[in-house]
Amino acid sequence: MHNLIPLFIVIPLASAFLVPVIGRLIKGFSKIITLTAFLCLLLLSLNYIFLSDFSPIIYKIGGWEPVENIPIAIYLVLDSFSIFMLCIINVMAFLSALYSVSYIEKYTGINNFYTLLCIMVAGLNGIVLTGDLFNLYVFLEITVIASYALVAFGTEKEELEASFKYQVLGGIATAMILFSIGLIYWYTKTLNIADISEILQTSEDHRLIEFSQLMLIAGFGLKAAIMPFHGWLPDAHSSAPSPISAMLSGVVIKAAGLYVLFRLFFNMYVISFDIGVLITAIGTLSMVVGVFLAIGQWDLKRLLAYHSISQMGYVILGVGMGMLILAKNGNKTLAALAIGGGLFHLVNHAVFKGLLFLNAGAIEYTLGTRDLKKMGGLYSKMPVTSVTSLSASLAISGIPPFNGFFSKLIIILAAVQARFYLLAVLAVVVSIITLASFMKFQRYAFFNTSAPKKVIKEVPLSMTAVMIFMAVLCLGLSLLILPDIRDSFLGPAVNVLLDTTNYSTVILGN
Amino acid sequence: MIVYILCFILFQVGLFGILTSRNIIKIVIGLSFMEFSVYLFLVLIGYIENASAPILTGNPAQTNFVDPLPQAMVLTAIVIGLATKGMLLTMAIRIYKKFGTFDIRKVTSLKG
Repeated sequence: MHNLIPLFIVIPLASAFLVPVIGRLIKGFSKIITLTAFLCLLLLSLNYIFLSDFSPIIYKIGGWEPVENIPIAIYLVLDSFSIFMLCIINVMAFLSALYSVSYIEKYTGINNFYTLLCIMVAGLNGIVLTGDLFNLYVFLEITVIASYALVAFGTEKEELEASFKYQVLGGIATAMILFSIGLIYWYTKTLNIADISEILQTSEDHRLIEFSQLMLIAGFGLKAAIMPFHGWLPDAHSSAPSPISAMLSGVVIKAAGLYVLFRLFFNMYVISFDIGVLITAIGTLSMVVGVFLAIGQWDLKRLLAYHSISQMGYVILGVGMGMLILAKNGNKTLAALAIGGGLFHLVNHAVFKGLLFLNAGAIEYTLGTRDLKKMGGLYSKMPVTSVTSLSASLAISGIPPFNGFFSKLIIILAAVQARFYLLAVLAVVVSIITLASFMKFQRYAFFNTSAPKKVIKEVPLSMTAVMIFMAVLCLGLSLLILPDIRDSFLGPAVNVLLDTTNYSTVILGN
Repeated sequence: MIVYILCFILFQVGLFGILTSRNIIKIVIGLSFMEFSVYLFLVLIGYIENASAPILTGNPAQTNFVDPLPQAMVLTAIVIGLATKGMLLTMAIRIYKKFGTFDIRKVTSLKG
C-alpha cells in the first residue's frame, strides 16, 4: 500500500495533461476522463479510512533513505489528519466535477476548465500529503494559480477585478510564506517538518522563530481569509463559476489555509500560549464580524461567501481553544473535545457550504441573476433546489437533526467546560444571526409570491443528483456524533493534533 | 548585517508600492520587488564567506562549501514567480480591454 500515495498527485496531474491534448480531438472526453480520475481518487481516499490502522504511512520520493538520521528525501506523509482532509477534498472534487457536466455548457473553453480543476485538485492533495516545507509552498502555488484562473473564468468585468484582487493579496501572502520558510531554514538548516520539529523542541525560544510564526499566521491567514485578511474572499468566491465557488469555499480555504496552520502550529512548532490566544482571537473576530457583514447582502453568492468567513471562525475557535488548553497543560479530554468540535465543523462546512453554492448556481443557471430581490416563488418551480437548499440552510444555522447543530454544540460545550463563557455566548449569538440571514434567503428566493415572469424549470439531472446526494450527506454526517463512527474518521485526526510533539518521533522513527 | 537590512528595505519598498500606487502595472512591479527581496534573502542565508561553490573536486583541502539548497529553492521559486507574474499581466491586459484604463480607482464594479 506504500507506493499508492503518490497516485493522489499523479492521477489528477496526468488527467490535467490528457484533457487538453486528447479532449481537443474527441468531444466529451474531458468530462469522462476528469470524472474517472476523481472517482479513482475518491475510492483511494475512502480505502485509506476503512483499511488503515491509524499509523502514518511515509513515502520517500526517490527512495532515499535517511543518512545518520538526517532525512534526505522529500517525504510524503499520510497520517490520520491527512486522510481526513483527503476525503473532504476528493469527495467535493468529484461532486463539483459531476455538477459542472451540465453547468459548464454555458461557458466556452470547457477543456480549459477541466484542466484547471484537475491541477487545483493535484495541488490540494499535495498540500495535504507533503511533509516538507518547501514542497508545501510549491503545491500551494499550484493550487492558487489554478484558482486565480478559475475565478476569472467568465472573463467579464467582475470576474477580472475579483481575480486581480485575489492575485495581488495572494502574491503578498506567498512572499510572506516564502520569507517565513527562509527564516525557519536559516535557524534549523532543514526543511523536513518532522526534523524541524525535533530541532525546535530541544532549542530554547528564539526571536526568529516567533517572527516566523507571525509571518506564517499572516500568510496562511490571507489564504484562509481569516478576519483581518478577508478582503478578497467575497469578491473571488462570488465571481467564480458555481462549482468552483463550492470548491473554493468548501475545500481550498480549508486545505490551503487552515490545514497548514493547524499542522504547523500543532505538529511543528512547540505549542505556545500566546499563539493560542492570537489564533482564538482572530477566529472569534472572523466569526462575529463575518456574520454581521453577511446580513446586509442582497447578492446571493456574496452572502454565502461572507458566511464562509464566519463559519471558518467557528473552526478556528474550536481548534484554538484546544490549543489554549494544551498550552496550559490542561485536561486532555477537554482539548480533544474542542479540537474535535472544530474539525467536525470543518467537514460539515465543506458539505453544506458546497451545497449552498451549488444551489446558488442552479438558481443562477435558470434565472440568470444572483440578486435576491429579483427572485421569488421558486418553491413550486424548482422543488429539488428548494428542498436541498432548505436542508443546507438548516444545517448551517444549527437546527437539530442536521450536522451543523452537533458540531456547534460540541464547540459551545467545550467552551463552557473550559470556562470561556464569553466565547460560548458569542458562538450562540452568531448562530442565531446566521439563522436570521438564511431565513431571509429562503423567504426571498423560494417562498415570496411575486414570481418572475420567465418560464422556469428544474435544472438538469446531473445537477439535481449532486444536490440531493449532498443534502443526504448533510443529514448523514450527524452520525459522526456516535462514538463508533467518530473513532474511525474524526477521532484519529484529532489524536494527530493532540500528540503534538509525538509527530516528529513517529515520522523519523520509521 | 547591512545586507539583510537592505533586503528587508527592498521588501518594504515593494509593499509600499502595492499599497500606494494606483496603476495596475505598478502594483505588479511592486509585487515583483517583494518577491525578489525574498529570493535575495534565501540566497543570502546560504552564503558563507570565503567558501567555494558546492562542487566536489577531489581536493581534500577544500572543506568550506556554500549551502546549495537555498539556491535550488530560489530557482524553483523564480519559476513559480514567473507563472504568477504571467497570470497577473494577462489579467492586467484583460482588465485594460474591458475597462479601458489601468487606474485601479476606476476598476470598481464590485461593491459591498
